[in-house]
Amino acid sequence: MIAATLTKRYAGRTVLSAATLEVARGTVHALVGENGAGKSTLVKLIAGVERAEPGGSLAVDGTPIELARWDRRRARAAGIGIVQQHGASAGILSVVENAVLGAEAGAILRLDATAAALAKLGDDVGLPIDPWAVAGELGPGAAQRAEIVAALHHGAKLLILDEPTAVLAPIEVDKLLATLRALAARGTTIVIVTHKLDEVRAVADAVTVLRAGATVATFAPPLELGAIARAIVGAELPVHATAAIAIRDEPALALRGVACGELAGIDLDVARGELVGVAGVDGNGQRELALAIAGLAASAGTIAIGGVGATGRDVAGRLACGLAHVPEDRHHGGLLLDASIADNLALGRTDVTGRFRIDRAAVLAHARARIAELDIRPTDPDAIVAALSGGNQQKVVIGRELSRPNLAAIVAAQPTRGVDLGAVANIHARLRAAAAGGAGVLVISADLDELIALCHRIVVVLRGRIVGDPRGLVIADADDPRARLGALMTGAEAA
Amino acid sequence: MNPRRELQAAAIALLVSVAIGSALMLCVGRAPGEVWGAMITRTFGDPYLVGQLLYKATGLLLCGLSVAIARDAGLFNIGGEGQLTAGVVACAVVGHALPVGTPAIVAIPACTLAAAAAGGAIGAAIGVLRVKREAHEVITSIMLNAIVGGLALWLGNAVLFEGGVTRGATIVAGAELPQLPLAGSAANASLVIAIAATALVWWLRARTTWGRAWLAVGQDPAAARSAGIAVDRVRIWVMTGAGALAGLAATNLVLGNKHAFEEGLGRGTGFLGISVALLGRLHPLGVALAAIVLGFLSTGGLAVGDLVPKELTEMLQGVVVLAVAAAGPWMLRREARA
Repeated sequence: MIAATLTKRYAGRTVLSAATLEVARGTVHALVGENGAGKSTLVKLIAGVERAEPGGSLAVDGTPIELARWDRRRARAAGIGIVQQHGASAGILSVVENAVLGAEAGAILRLDATAAALAKLGDDVGLPIDPWAVAGELGPGAAQRAEIVAALHHGAKLLILDEPTAVLAPIEVDKLLATLRALAARGTTIVIVTHKLDEVRAVADAVTVLRAGATVATFAPPLELGAIARAIVGAELPVHATAAIAIRDEPALALRGVACGELAGIDLDVARGELVGVAGVDGNGQRELALAIAGLAASAGTIAIGGVGATGRDVAGRLACGLAHVPEDRHHGGLLLDASIADNLALGRTDVTGRFRIDRAAVLAHARARIAELDIRPTDPDAIVAALSGGNQQKVVIGRELSRPNLAAIVAAQPTRGVDLGAVANIHARLRAAAAGGAGVLVISADLDELIALCHRIVVVLRGRIVGDPRGLVIADADDPRARLGALMTGAEAA
Repeated sequence: MNPRRELQAAAIALLVSVAIGSALMLCVGRAPGEVWGAMITRTFGDPYLVGQLLYKATGLLLCGLSVAIARDAGLFNIGGEGQLTAGVVACAVVGHALPVGTPAIVAIPACTLAAAAAGGAIGAAIGVLRVKREAHEVITSIMLNAIVGGLALWLGNAVLFEGGVTRGATIVAGAELPQLPLAGSAANASLVIAIAATALVWWLRARTTWGRAWLAVGQDPAAARSAGIAVDRVRIWVMTGAGALAGLAATNLVLGNKHAFEEGLGRGTGFLGISVALLGRLHPLGVALAAIVLGFLSTGGLAVGDLVPKELTEMLQGVVVLAVAAAGPWMLRREARA
């Protein structure tokens, strides 16, 4: 189906150097590798989202492609659909309008017919969608379903998914993977970018491993996961240390009846030194929970941070109470992408910069310290954040938030979403260190394994409320916490 | 984009503009070399024309800074015309209302503050409408241009104009800014005000948390907000500052040259400020250079009026802005490829 050997440079940096990918028709092919390995870039080149450097080669269905003229429109016509990592929908348009955007057949739109076709196709392949929903108001799971259905609607014979599970809850992941298998059985070729080996095991027929912009290994059945893991990191995987952090009898975060949008009213206490997880299928109010605590969305109820009432305070006031907030999407509200690492690390941090005149030496020293502590690459404090890999960008956000003085409480929303294994270990270590240092940590994540590895106890939210034990599940006392939490998340177990 | 690329982009844009200008000159049957040569030698060979260039550049610089700081904060201030007009009226009214014999040390700051405050008030209104009522600043600033312009003319006709001409009362002698000694040209000490404003904007942007806050709001309001920056307050203050800068240009016209409110005084300077800000790529030093370049095109155009029609050099000012707008993205692509 696809035979590619491609090279790509950004701003003088080679991110892909003659990386190869061969995909057989009707198979599910996993493209794996650490963040920054070049996976996203490779699939973007194949799908015509970005243009490859001259000198490479690309053949689709055995037909050689002229790389210099390859663009999204031609790729779509050749039957290549792509669902990108951060989505590619125009937020104010409906699902059906997004589906026809840039692919209109003629000047007159027939949206009703297209909408009906999309809804029917979605039901057929097991991805129900509402064609008239506004794309920007969909949760990540629904937005992704809409993009997949739109790609299939355009006759995609090859469907590329760039880290599709990063934004999904476990139950949604299982559904998506089953759907991908079903699509492959119907003859659609699938390329899935991921760095989760359990997904590879669940869905892939063949595997290509990228490391540092080059293809280092390919695997055919029977897949041996240990060998794939070694190929990804170039060494054995690090083992997670279990948190053995003492919980203190002092409040870090106290929520009473907090309601906001989907969030219907939550009471929750986090003590200093404690790591508390919030699990739940995306769209059950956990997004609003983080925004409400940070003061970024208006909410009902009361909030105390470090024992101090913070209900009436604005964002800056809550930060001053000792709050740190790691926003769920580093690209929307986490970082100034066009600014340097040093400026992002000092954003809003008047304790570093000084109140009015900026102490540039202090900003630089602060940046160097965070870069060393979190192993941020590149190590140049003046490097522009947009040029960093997702994992390194996330480390910049973590570095800024966790280095606040007098931390009482940390709200970390999806702290390792779309981040490679090495960075995950690093970020988890920082969150544990912050707890050991006396902060209470609230981790909101769609990744159950992350919560189980990281937290003392985990509460589950469903339809805006905590379900099951209001104190949550204490991980140290639970056997098979994954199954218990999964049942609560889906509503299969009421109490 | 890094500073070297910014400079390259501006240089390429200027070269393209020169090429297009040359083509236009050929169209009207003139040798481009001759016209460009005459434009440079006549303008810079004549102290009077150098003075006129500086006079033009002073107003353009202040109005350019006004657009640039608003743009930094993600706002488009098209209201320079109205803010400048408000400044002109306030400056002239205060300058006349002062007792005769008020010393310069009192009169000049009073009139300067009045100009900045009047412009700043218009800017603040635009900022508040944007923040509190979500009215887009492009719409409100254009509308306020019309409202302030009409209001100024009505005020003039009803109260201020004297002796059957569209000119108000003369300001007190103490409020007059000294002329620069350039052959009786209009250039005056308000150039110092403009340079001080440029330095202040540069310092705020590069060295203070205020500047960083307004740049952050311009780059990503959501990230700024989540980092604890009061985005709404920053927007209102930046629009107030932008209005004040445009209003300050009144000192050049009223205190430095006409010494009174005249109908149509400074008309077009506010709009040209947009071109200056874009050509200067929003950087204070770039804006200063751009003000000189556009001032030169305007003054030089008059100087070669016998060789080419003055409309040709007026077109050139538009060509420069188009070329800059096209050169920015082009340099970004080159940077991405390099």
